[in-house]
Amino acid sequence: MLVEKKLKAKVSRRQFLKGLVAVTATAAATGSSSTAKAFLWEEYFQKHYKNLSPEDKQKVFARIENETKKKYGVDVKVSDPPPLKGVKFAYGLNLTKCNGNRLCVAACQKENNLDRSFGYIKVLEIDKGTMNLEKGNRYYEGTVPKEGKFYLPIQCNQCEQPPCTRACPIEATWKEPDGIVVVDYDWCIGCRYCQAACPYEARHFNFHTPEIPAEEINPNQSYLSNRIRKRGVIEKCTFCLHRTRNGKFPACLEACPTGARKFGNILDPNSDIYYIMKHKNVFVLKEDLNTIPQFFYYFD
Amino acid sequence: MTTYLEYWLRMTQCALKGSRAYYVWLFILLVFISLGGVSYYHHLTEGLEVTNMTDQVSWGLGIANFVYFVGVAASAVLLVYPAYIKKHKEIKEVVIIGEQLAFTAIVMCLLFIFTDIGRPERLWHLMPFLGGKLNLPSSLLAWDVVVFNVYLILNMHIPGYLLYTLYRGEKPKWYLYSPFVMISIFFAISIHTVTAFLLSGLGTRYFWNTAIMAPRFLVSAFAVGPAILFIILHVVKRYSLLDVKAPVFEYFKNVMRVTLPVNLFLLGCELFKELYPDTLHASSAHYLFFGLDGHNMLTKFIWPAIAMNITAMIIVVTPKLRAHPIWFLAACILSIVGIWVEKGMGLIFPGFIPTPLGEIVEYAPNLGEIFVSLGITALGALIFTVITKVSITILTGGLRMPSEDDPFEPRIIRHD
Ligand code: SF4
Ligand code: SF4
Repeated sequence: MLVEKKLKAKVSRRQFLKGLVAVTATAAATGSSSTAKAFLWEEYFQKHYKNLSPEDKQKVFARIENETKKKYGVDVKVSDPPPLKGVKFAYGLNLTKCNGNRLCVAACQKENNLDRSFGYIKVLEIDKGTMNLEKGNRYYEGTVPKEGKFYLPIQCNQCEQPPCTRACPIEATWKEPDGIVVVDYDWCIGCRYCQAACPYEARHFNFHTPEIPAEEINPNQSYLSNRIRKRGVIEKCTFCLHRTRNGKFPACLEACPTGARKFGNILDPNSDIYYIMKHKNVFVLKEDLNTIPQFFYYFD
Repeated sequence: MTTYLEYWLRMTQCALKGSRAYYVWLFILLVFISLGGVSYYHHLTEGLEVTNMTDQVSWGLGIANFVYFVGVAASAVLLVYPAYIKKHKEIKEVVIIGEQLAFTAIVMCLLFIFTDIGRPERLWHLMPFLGGKLNLPSSLLAWDVVVFNVYLILNMHIPGYLLYTLYRGEKPKWYLYSPFVMISIFFAISIHTVTAFLLSGLGTRYFWNTAIMAPRFLVSAFAVGPAILFIILHVVKRYSLLDVKAPVFEYFKNVMRVTLPVNLFLLGCELFKELYPDTLHASSAHYLFFGLDGHNMLTKFIWPAIAMNITAMIIVVTPKLRAHPIWFLAACILSIVGIWVEKGMGLIFPGFIPTPLGEIVEYAPNLGEIFVSLGITALGALIFTVITKVSITILTGGLRMPSEDDPFEPRIIRHD
């Protein structure tokens, strides 16, 4: 195990050096004045996402694309779709329909280029007749649904009053105008205070470098959501903003075979979520904490 | 300027010279520091994955020690207040040691944080003048950064200035230190209060989300601080020329007579509030004191710690035992260890167990984490030893600026 780790470390160091050489070569070839040193300098002193100019952003995105190419040999496209005016995203989940198959978890992993050891979505198997989350089991196995159980998927609630963003000492995580709470992975120092503050265990810390099978990498990436993370930073669900800000549904919704998941713009009277809010008895988790979740549950 | 550089040169010389025991002590510390350094290097290259921390228990031994040493740093105020404000003569003679303990403890705290974060190279993000962003006023952690740095600078400036004037044989100008003393008293309380708020401000961590967190922190700090200073000043009295007078030790005893019982009382209040209503929010307390669903790693530590605190309290409130030097020394050691367990791991770890969604994942630090913490502690001890040695030499007249009409180099007198 240890030997394997060491080998891996060596390889990545070598790859890093190779990358450095390659970048120097490209820099020289394009005739730009930047040297490898300047390149590293730029990465190290990269500004906060909100302070990046459009040109800065293009450079940063190109760098990330290059890195992925070097490491995985995959061509990806990094962008940053902005929040849309007049849009406020919310999620609805029908607990009567959810049968605990966890296809959403797998789809999310793939869509968001997650390390395969965890998921943004945790599905709790709970005895019928209680709502005590502490009695839930997130490691259930076997065929679902089981007799006498119901299934409660939990992911980031994109809280209206997020305790996580308030906690962060350096504004590395914040709430966007369309309601999505994002993280600048290049700014986060990995103190994990936001993680301690989140009541829904929605945040994951990259204790190790994420491991993703190269052939499964999703090339449609955005800076604030599913681009490949590095070690030592926090990450979380972003309602697939690279999809939803482009008019698509989140991957978890599309993967759900039962139709339990509903998503949309809560300000739009024609959206599914608007309908649900109007016609169903919805509830949120841990309402007493006043985080004001934008993730609503209901039973039919 | 040259005098100042000379001053530093002389101090360095003084720090490097010492008895055999001094060298042995430094050597032992260096061994631990290297072990810590190697372990930290391992954390850096392999990532925090090699620690036992997880998404479920995402803060471990480092943060526990951080919280403990914030208390040590804050406790300097126990000397500063009577020395400068009450003009207590005997305490004033040794106040510098308290300030240096505070300085050292703050440096250690910063190192505990530094070694715990995932991206230490990005630390400049915390420095607005370098282009960083501090999330003020909302983030308690950002506030902590501010108050820590102010307190650090104050505790460098005050003793530094006083020692330098003493070295030059001048009278210190009151306006260059008195105002800062006042501010430092305020900040001593602040660092510990903000650190308590950092934990109690998390609505979802029921174990931390209590109003008496800050008072408890301060009281336990004022129990540990005197205990540590009591031991340190005994060593100083015995091995250096600085005479620590009896009233100083009496003073510590009197402080501990109050803080040890109050500390236990507050713990009792906390226990009652958690366990009597027995809501679901009490599961962390259940885990800590009785174990939860067969998980009881911490119960093995918390009960001995409470026993230690009770024993220490009995000693300090019993006049006969308190008067006996060995018994009192035992009380000091018991409360240093007892409160370390209670306030460090007994406070931080259960905050994560069970998780907000009810999962129970236990945590115990591994050898690497223990070495990093030991290394930082040894580094703190090293810094403290060296600066105390130098400042005592200055205080006792062993290091003075050579005056024009005195052609002789200042002799360094017995310093070990
Ligand atoms: S669920 Fe957690 S991570 Fe998501 S917005 Fe709320 S507090 Fe933040
Ligand atoms: S882990 Fe990152 S995002 Fe979370 S509080 Fe720390 S710096 Fe902010």
